[in-house]
Amino acid sequence: MNTTTKPVTGRIHSWDLSTGVDGPGTRFVLFVNGCPLRCLYCANPDTWHMRDGREATVDEVVAEIEKYRSFINTAGGGVTLTGGEPLLQPAFTASVLRRCKEAGLHTALDTSGFLGARATDELLADTDLVLLDIKSFDVRAYRKLTGGELAPTLNFATRLDRLGSRMWIRYVLVPGWTDAPEAVDGLARFLAGLGNVDRVEVLPFHKLGAAKYDALGLPFPLRDTPSPGPELVRRVREQFRERGLTAF
Amino acid sequence: MTTTVTAGSRRAEAWRGFAGTRWRDRIDVRDFIQANYTPYEGDSAFLVGPTERTLTVWRKVSAHFPEERRKGIFDVDPSNPSTITSHRPGFIDRDRELIVGLQTDAPLRRAIMPNGGLRMVESSLKAYGYQADPFVTRVFGTYRKTHNDGVFDAYTPEMRAARKAGIITGLPDAYGRGRIIGDYRRVALYGTDWLIESKRAERALLDARPSSPDVIRDREELAEQIRALGELAEMAASYGCDVSRPAATAHEAVQWLYLGFLAAVKEQNGAAMSLGRTSTFLDVYVQRDLEEGLIDETRAQELIDDFVIKLRIVRFLRTPEYDALFSGDPTWVTESIGGIGGDGRTLVTRTSYRFLQTLYNLGPAPEPNLTVLWSPGLPSGFKEFCAQVSIDTSAVQYESDELMRPRTGDDTAIACCVSAMTVGRQMQFFGARVNLAKALLYAINGGRDEVTGEQIAPEAPPLTSEYLEYGELSAAYDRMLDWLAATYVNTLNVIHYMHDKYAYERIEMALHNHPVYRYMACGIAGLSVAADSLSAAKHARVKVIRDDTGLAVDYETEGEFPAYGNNDDRVDSIAVDLVKSFMSKVSRHPTYRNAEHTQSVLTITSNVVYGKHTGNTPDGRRAGEPFAPGANPMNGRDRHGVAASALSVAKLPYEEARDGISLTTTITPEGLGHNPAERPGHLVGILDAYMASGGFHMNVNVLDRATLEDAMEHPEKYPELTIRVSGYAVNFVRLTREQQLDVISRTFHGSL
Repeated sequence: MNTTTKPVTGRIHSWDLSTGVDGPGTRFVLFVNGCPLRCLYCANPDTWHMRDGREATVDEVVAEIEKYRSFINTAGGGVTLTGGEPLLQPAFTASVLRRCKEAGLHTALDTSGFLGARATDELLADTDLVLLDIKSFDVRAYRKLTGGELAPTLNFATRLDRLGSRMWIRYVLVPGWTDAPEAVDGLARFLAGLGNVDRVEVLPFHKLGAAKYDALGLPFPLRDTPSPGPELVRRVREQFRERGLTAF
Repeated sequence: MTTTVTAGSRRAEAWRGFAGTRWRDRIDVRDFIQANYTPYEGDSAFLVGPTERTLTVWRKVSAHFPEERRKGIFDVDPSNPSTITSHRPGFIDRDRELIVGLQTDAPLRRAIMPNGGLRMVESSLKAYGYQADPFVTRVFGTYRKTHNDGVFDAYTPEMRAARKAGIITGLPDAYGRGRIIGDYRRVALYGTDWLIESKRAERALLDARPSSPDVIRDREELAEQIRALGELAEMAASYGCDVSRPAATAHEAVQWLYLGFLAAVKEQNGAAMSLGRTSTFLDVYVQRDLEEGLIDETRAQELIDDFVIKLRIVRFLRTPEYDALFSGDPTWVTESIGGIGGDGRTLVTRTSYRFLQTLYNLGPAPEPNLTVLWSPGLPSGFKEFCAQVSIDTSAVQYESDELMRPRTGDDTAIACCVSAMTVGRQMQFFGARVNLAKALLYAINGGRDEVTGEQIAPEAPPLTSEYLEYGELSAAYDRMLDWLAATYVNTLNVIHYMHDKYAYERIEMALHNHPVYRYMACGIAGLSVAADSLSAAKHARVKVIRDDTGLAVDYETEGEFPAYGNNDDRVDSIAVDLVKSFMSKVSRHPTYRNAEHTQSVLTITSNVVYGKHTGNTPDGRRAGEPFAPGANPMNGRDRHGVAASALSVAKLPYEEARDGISLTTTITPEGLGHNPAERPGHLVGILDAYMASGGFHMNVNVLDRATLEDAMEHPEKYPELTIRVSGYAVNFVRLTREQQLDVISRTFHGSL
């Protein structure tokens, strides 16, 4: 236990247990609030603003995780921080990761990498796996899709490779936005050049978050965009595999 | 050779190569298994697909399923009350069948069993457009009293009222109680001659005892058992099988065992007619034949496939009302597979795999009710295979071998859904269940029914405050449950007294030791509704809405309250206390034949009917809405995923609910991972962790909602779609529409 006077707190949205979709095995998934990007397909618009989150201390969060430690250890799995963008609250994120490591749990950080510079080497040392969401490999498309820049994410990926941090890449496949063969192949070549990518997950765009936009009175920009068909998903996965990557 | 063969030499031939001694001079199938079985630690690579012969037989009978589904029943013999020997032999395809024997003289032709109750038979026939036979009506209406008649002669007005109001329901007072597992393996291992001999010896031990009512009844029952074994041999002979001697090959072992089971389903239409734990027993014979070169893997699988075809077409004549309670024409031919022996060796054999393989060879199906006795210590190859079968078929349920083995031993089998019994040594009196949610409303209303306003429980002061006060509510509830437990156990005593008297399970009990150990299997429904309602009263403010007679009919909840199913002790502890408290209350009341009290947290599909008959509840559930099945959290209230939901259920103490605690879980395929190859491993992890956390039972469905919705609209596209409901599996398209909607409204654990 460190002896800081003021307990570290974060703004959190909720927590959940999932299997096989937020990193390996059955995982305690902590959703934090606040994100610097505004991805058009975002399924969790209720996590955009830190102010909408509930303030929670690290102790509180860890106590909740503790209730699942033995289940997770038997089932195989760990803890994943996602959001929102966990690196918008780096001190809180670092502290939760640290405590999970101390408890012997496998840790994963789900991030866009846009704020990768805020992740200290210590934070990354406490992270067993980074789930890096690369929204697009086309600089202009990235800007249009997320409102942010691509470069920080790529820099972060390169840094993780240098540190030897393991990565799973997540790539949301949106017809008309992220399915251009050249962009996919560009990303595949970039990733193949790194030595730390264990797998690429191609996630078909879905509209399950639409109801949340309605509830928040926000327009859902991709309401009329279709989900990708199985053929397209197969083609994109194949493009990653052609570059020697493991893709699902 | 034929005339000079002695019983001894036939036995020596049948038992060639078998090891062990104890089982040779007394009936002890467990000892035989332990001395002879070959544990299998490998994977599923050895399994083979179906032969053309198997598929031909299966297609021939399954071709009638659509018509059966449309009409409700395919055919019935309304004239010959079923007994072990009542019907001539029947066949699906005489030249091709390896395992023979049907309940009547034709496949899917149902039998009548009026011993349970004549009205049930008559109304079933009428519902499906058949005339009752005047002869049957005369015999069972005039000369022969039925179980149902006996029960209603002895019910008190209070019992009738409680039954009618639906606070105690599903009682086996008009149909066979079932849930008794004959040790059908004995027929194969010993043959009926020896079984009769040993029953005579058991009976002789009673000769010197004074003729008290108990002893007289035992003597009469043993005489009936001996007679039934003779009838079994006679029925088997009509199929050309001499079961008076032990089985000498794998083919005979499967056949003999099946004929024993067939005798039971010819004689009894018990709600659950479970098979026991047969796969590892049969494996001993299969393994011997394989080693002797008598059969190959293809034939071994064929024997099991053919056996399973027979188990799939067990049929009983039921009323539509029964179907609304236990939907989908279930028979609960439960087969318990796997587990670990007392010496630490796995009880998984190749034939354990072969049973599961039938779900591929014949396609998914709800029966037999394949139940894996799960332990984290099972061989990993077997665990992965089970998980894969679940993912592909949703037809398997899992129960904790770790919880059962210390209590009922390593020859435990499941009766019905979740009821553990030592095969051949223990039986139970099935007691259906009471409605805990309704009881809570009775506590609020001073014993008046919230739907009819009638006084059902003894008059007590109703709660009159504007807002529910937790202390006052729980005290009133406790008193109401005292009354309910007393009425309940006394009702069950009446039922089982009469069932023994008028519809005794002769052949099933002939395949038990005497004396047998008995459980009185009580049960509770509506646990999550009751727990959440109490949680609302404790953690939020619940305003009571009363009608002009002062009857509380609705509730308005202000504020948030923790709901059962989120691994939150604030409410999970309420559910735990309810289970403990009701168990201790039923235990206070003496039982018929000194049965040991147990209880289950299981609803089967009656959660829908229970909900239908229960008014608005303080947790916000609307009148008529289904309860959650079994020990499940209420639909949609478990918000944190399958692990959180399962951990709430795992807190319920098995020691206080030894008749089983049922959890039905539905996970979407994606909810087990993006990568299909990793899904079995993930499911194994969840099962291991759930059982290691003290969880008892899990029904695993791997499905998405869209599939079920499509199946509702286009049933013809999904004849085989099987799903697990509380404790059993059904063809989804055979559920009533209400049941289908209930299933679809349940929580699907997926991923966003």
